[in-house]
Amino acid sequence: MAAKTLYDKLWDAHLVHQQEDGSCLIYIDRHLLHEVTSPQAFEGLRIAGRKPWRIDTNLATPDHNVPTTTQERSVGVNGIADPVSKIQVMTLGENCDHFGITEFKMQDARQGIVHVVGPEQGATLPGMTVVCGDSHTATHGALGALAHGIGTSEVEHVLATQCLIQKKSKNMLVKVDGVLGKGVTAKDVVLAIIGEIGTAGGTGYAIEFAGQVFADMSMEGRMTVCNMAIEAGARVGMVAVDKTTIDYVKGRPYAPQGEQWDMAVAAWQDLHSDADAVFDQVVVMDGSKIAPQVTWGTSPEMVLPVSAQVPNPATEQDQVKASSIERALAYMGLQAEQAITDIQLDRVFIGSCTNSRIEDLRAAAEVVAGHKVATTIKQALVVPGSGLVKQQAEAEGLDKIFEAAGLEWREPGCSMCLAMNADKLGTGEHCASTSNRNFEGRQGFGGRTHLVSPAMAAAAAIAGHFVDVRDFG
Amino acid sequence: MQAFTQLTGIVAPLDRANVDTDMIIPKQFLKSIKRSGFGPNLFDELRYLDEGQPDADNSQRPLNPDFILNQEPYTKASILLARENFGCGSSREHAPWALLDFGIRCVIAPSFADIFYNNCFKNGILPITLSEQQVDELFKEATSNKGFNLTVDLEAGCIKGAQLGDINFSVDNFRRHCLLNGLDDIGLTLEQSDFIKQYEAKRKAQAPWLFAE
Repeated sequence: MAAKTLYDKLWDAHLVHQQEDGSCLIYIDRHLLHEVTSPQAFEGLRIAGRKPWRIDTNLATPDHNVPTTTQERSVGVNGIADPVSKIQVMTLGENCDHFGITEFKMQDARQGIVHVVGPEQGATLPGMTVVCGDSHTATHGALGALAHGIGTSEVEHVLATQCLIQKKSKNMLVKVDGVLGKGVTAKDVVLAIIGEIGTAGGTGYAIEFAGQVFADMSMEGRMTVCNMAIEAGARVGMVAVDKTTIDYVKGRPYAPQGEQWDMAVAAWQDLHSDADAVFDQVVVMDGSKIAPQVTWGTSPEMVLPVSAQVPNPATEQDQVKASSIERALAYMGLQAEQAITDIQLDRVFIGSCTNSRIEDLRAAAEVVAGHKVATTIKQALVVPGSGLVKQQAEAEGLDKIFEAAGLEWREPGCSMCLAMNADKLGTGEHCASTSNRNFEGRQGFGGRTHLVSPAMAAAAAIAGHFVDVRDFG
Repeated sequence: MQAFTQLTGIVAPLDRANVDTDMIIPKQFLKSIKRSGFGPNLFDELRYLDEGQPDADNSQRPLNPDFILNQEPYTKASILLARENFGCGSSREHAPWALLDFGIRCVIAPSFADIFYNNCFKNGILPITLSEQQVDELFKEATSNKGFNLTVDLEAGCIKGAQLGDINFSVDNFRRHCLLNGLDDIGLTLEQSDFIKQYEAKRKAQAPWLFAE
């Protein structure tokens, strides 16, 4: 039998039927829902008089719109000041109640960002197909699952049929060998990868991340990396199953137990690419050479080591690229060849489906402990990824460390990553953000986003500008 | 879904690479629970000089005169000409909904982001991938000739009306079939219910933990 990649194996295990025209029907094991991309899908289902094919594969939680202040959250949905957001969160509740779908509502300790909640609950398991109406669904590939974002029409399609009509992607291997230096994290690795292959480098591919760096990485770090596969253009990012994966999943509420656990673990042993599997494209990088990264522009590929200088469009040969750089510098209010460490910051955001898990919060707390946020910083937010992450952080006293340093400790949600709630940047403000997109206006109208790791964001909060976290302390 | 067979329309050149879905429709408009009404907020941050709000009267807002879709005759454009990696970022289907609501039925670019590309077909919009060179030529023609028209024929897989002659393009067979006929693919999948049930029975025996209830 021909050697297979991890992606090939996951694909083959979920192939329901291949049509004569080559289109494939793929079975979906887990469907995650949130309030923004589901209302029109439920409406479509109702209009057509259809019912969900399998209720138990669906799991919902509101995250994009929810407020993050304790005061607003203490009164539940009624605490949402924005009437439009409130209707959307209430609509999710009504739809889930109507169809009998499990929802972790705003007051539930298990509520949180859907991509934090899935793995945390064991609702995402190795070998599953996982979809959600959100492009950061690639996160779940960290568990050796085939996971990708879908649009609302496909949300409706999955609800109605438990399947998607798909065309198979090509295979890409991103191999990062070596050992990461001190202060260099999963976020720096994925930003460096995007810098290397570009925001469209992975378009049409499913990426498997492999090599020593990922073998050594924690599950949470792997989630950070897979989360941003879409920022390299790939809908799917994956890491093979190993002992780290199985240890992470064991004992979680939705994970199998007893005899079924043993069966599952035996089956999961095969969730890796065969030694002689062939990839359509291979990218090799040296992890020991990766430095802490900072994005300077308006696309995640506009990224450099913290010690670098912002590029000069005059030295760029490609005209389309030169005009992109010029436009980005103008939007970001930066000068060509300005040192990244000279970028002055207004706000700091530690959170999002990329970096709001307990290890992220520990890394940030370690940096700020015993320091004070710079007086020039208007606001520094720490937004845990779920109610359970928040509880864990509080049990470890991290909230007290953040508050003593002058950072605000908030309730879980997507928050300032995309600013659908009240947490946003003002026009012209620079933000050190642990989120995933630095697009124009992403964190607020006219806002300027710089993507960094939690440790780098924490150090920037204290200094008021970017600093190399390796020299900080 | 509205079928797409043949379209003749004005081509609006949007000369910018990596146009993301946040740019196509900013987040504050995603709070709507409807599929329609996004047209006035298509490219909101490029199109207006102020910050848009979901409940604002857009007709009273200051327009950015430099933005292509604010200039005549492009307010009536139905074909958008774009640069590489169009539609990158978020999976929001509000992006094709906004394009459609404005009147755009076809987007031509050297490359598209995967999720956006797929979402277009679900909404009767035809995304066409051409070579960078062909797109460059079309940009030259569209910018030097205001009101430049093209005819897109999906059945024939051909674009007519450009100086460089007829341009052939290809689209995946299944998507082409659905678009030509305006088919609801949920209905098509449900016709394969027996295959889905057979798969479930087989899978349940192999991996019972995936069928907990």
